[in-house]
Amino acid sequence: MNEKKHMFFVSPSPHFHDPEDTRSVMLDVIIALLPAVCLGIYFFGLRALTLCIVSVTACVVFEYLFQRITRQRSTVYDLSAVVTGILIVLCVPAHIPYWMIIVADFFAIVIAKQLFGGIGQNFMNPALVGRVFLFSWASWFSAYPATLTTSGAGRLPVLGDVAMINGAPDILSSATPLASLKQGILPVDFTLRDLFLGNVAGSIGEVSAFILLIGGLYLLMRGVISIRIPLCFIGTVALLNFVFPAGSGSRLSWALYAILSGGLMLGAIFMATDYATSPVTPVGQIIYGIGCGLITYVIRRFGAYNEGVAFSILIMNTIVWSIDKLSAPRRFGGLRGGARQPRPEEGEVSK
Amino acid sequence: MPYSFKGGVHPPENKKRSAFKPSEILAAPERLYFPMQMHVGAPCTPTVKKGDPVCVGQVIGSSDAPISALIHSSVSGTVADIKDWDHPSGRKVMTVIIENDNKFTMAPDLLEREAKAREKDPLERTPEEVIEAIRLAGIVGMGGAGFPTAYKIRSVLGQIHTLIINAAECEPYITADNRLLVERMDVALLGIRILMKTLGVSHATLAIESNKEEAIEMLRDRLDGTGIMLRILRTKYPQGSEKHIIRAVTGREVPPGKLPGDIGCAVFNPASCAAIYDAVANGHPLISRFVTISGSAIGNPQNLQVRIGTPISCLIAAAGGYSLPPQRIIIGGPMMGTAQYTTEVPVLKTCNSVLVFGENEGLHAGSAICIRCGKCVSVCPMRLQPLYIRLYGEKGEYEYCEQKLNVRDCIECGACSYKCPGHLPLVQSIRFVKQRLGPVKKS
Ligand code: SF4
Ligand code: SF4
Repeated sequence: MNEKKHMFFVSPSPHFHDPEDTRSVMLDVIIALLPAVCLGIYFFGLRALTLCIVSVTACVVFEYLFQRITRQRSTVYDLSAVVTGILIVLCVPAHIPYWMIIVADFFAIVIAKQLFGGIGQNFMNPALVGRVFLFSWASWFSAYPATLTTSGAGRLPVLGDVAMINGAPDILSSATPLASLKQGILPVDFTLRDLFLGNVAGSIGEVSAFILLIGGLYLLMRGVISIRIPLCFIGTVALLNFVFPAGSGSRLSWALYAILSGGLMLGAIFMATDYATSPVTPVGQIIYGIGCGLITYVIRRFGAYNEGVAFSILIMNTIVWSIDKLSAPRRFGGLRGGARQPRPEEGEVSK
Repeated sequence: MPYSFKGGVHPPENKKRSAFKPSEILAAPERLYFPMQMHVGAPCTPTVKKGDPVCVGQVIGSSDAPISALIHSSVSGTVADIKDWDHPSGRKVMTVIIENDNKFTMAPDLLEREAKAREKDPLERTPEEVIEAIRLAGIVGMGGAGFPTAYKIRSVLGQIHTLIINAAECEPYITADNRLLVERMDVALLGIRILMKTLGVSHATLAIESNKEEAIEMLRDRLDGTGIMLRILRTKYPQGSEKHIIRAVTGREVPPGKLPGDIGCAVFNPASCAAIYDAVANGHPLISRFVTISGSAIGNPQNLQVRIGTPISCLIAAAGGYSLPPQRIIIGGPMMGTAQYTTEVPVLKTCNSVLVFGENEGLHAGSAICIRCGKCVSVCPMRLQPLYIRLYGEKGEYEYCEQKLNVRDCIECGACSYKCPGHLPLVQSIRFVKQRLGPVKKS
């Protein structure tokens, strides 16, 4: 075999590559989201599943068509559109009409992502742009469906849409913990345990902190995200509610209700950590997480809406590049941040 | 806890296939190739002519420049030709080609030096004697850098307080230094002690990655009373980078644009230490070294003691030839080595491994799109932001890359490219920006 003349492939170093690629990263995110999707289906019925299927399909189709029409290389195989589709479903209530989710998908994929140059180039989180656009139909969000386990009845239709009656969706609705917090009262209908496990009214994927934390843990273990953004985000909200509670009651309860209610867990773990729209430097990620937490607290407390997570992330999205510029890591051997003092030359034998 | 630095990656080690095999001596081939550039610094000019007879250890290339290293023949025979020949760097370099007569006649001046060197205890030499012996032996940094050792020692004489022996060998596949330590441990340790004496330090630190259990076990027994301390480092790439091994051992960082000597540190490779002993105690020049031959397309990966100048085709044949159709040949490691287009390039003083990869080993297709995941930032051992260097480099803003993004700090370790999920050629972009910037302007 050695006699044969071989042609060798010459390329610059490194000659090795980690098997991980964009697709496998997105696959990990999808795996991390699946428990929340399943729990959503369990709590809100089959309509949650069909919404999810519609949303994912729409996202993939929009991405494919856009790239087809603009004659770009298709990136649907990287699965990022699937992630966006799932995220949008998780942050809407299960009773919204199918057309509405498709509108959100369109805004997410075409307007927020592809018009800015596609994956990695968009500066606002596509799923959140899609979600926030739906506030144009605010009346649909005036009520949130109760979970099936608390009501048994009130099953949402799988085919067709829920009707609007007197400007409100015709569903068996239930108060959300956030609405109560807004009024400066600790929720009485829900225990912290309900909130943790998810047995409350709300959007499909926002109800159980527990299941979202499991997904987050998986992402941490797989090295997909670092803990900096979620920890700083959630930590800031908890701390502010502890120090400045909006009403009477124990400070600790205020802090816990605040972090377990609404979209905070979903936002902090899955949305604020979106690669394209968050800082790449470690210090930048800390600043960004704290910023998100701060704005969330301010909107929830003083703003017009009950929930501030989506807006806070979108606002912070717009200054990510500036954060990156300000938070460049300390140069190796550089003095900023204080290099360690020289140690005496004698070391000890490491055993 | 093992010592280390921030960042880095964990490529598959792939060392097991060759790590425990005792080295074999590779028979000298019929023809050997001695490029006049085996080191960093001025190239040598041939001191022989076509048709001249040469002996083992005879100088065949030298230079008057201060930063250079003598080149010796590793066999005896005749000079078949002097012409441009393929060099591992990918260029053609003036090369002395020697026809081996298989007699291994020693050069007369070498025999003389040998006799003289053996008269005196190697640990009783003055620094000047040691440096001269090293210069005559043509020793260079054998870990891959190839900096002339005599010049390096002379330039830091009197300013060193921390002597580090870099046995990290952090590149995947390579086991040459590990085998050398296991098989020639006493020689390497004596070489380290000669260095300690020369540099006037009472201690040296032998830093080794935690995955070299065999060598570590042996070292624990041998270090008592030598003044050499063992420091076990976390197995992580690029632990063996000079700046990072200093960081791991001393906790200090070499400032940008400075040399280890500026903070009182000197780092040597164990193979160089063994060569230093051979030079000082026996007067022997550097004419052979340990080389790992491995990779998925190699049937029988192993470690060979190879005469400098041997074409790598001989190593491949000695390791059982190709077991798979070869796709790529790398001299050095998979992270920083250079790909070869021919197997006629010779083994140089700096060549620690020859790797032959079959179809797409270690390669994966990627989308070539940056998703801003930040992984390149978190793995960069120099704490750079490769994604932004690439971005601004593509926009032509080289000044910004230099002043704000510190592109010159990059040690081209390849960790960022290795890790990038978009599989972007980040190191290539960085090299391009550096090339555009040109050499540092002295102000
Ligand atoms: S690792 Fe690659 S994809 Fe991730 S930020 Fe760096 S360049 Fe972009
Ligand atoms: S930027 Fe340079 S030093 Fe940093 S990881 Fe990439 S190649 Fe290594």
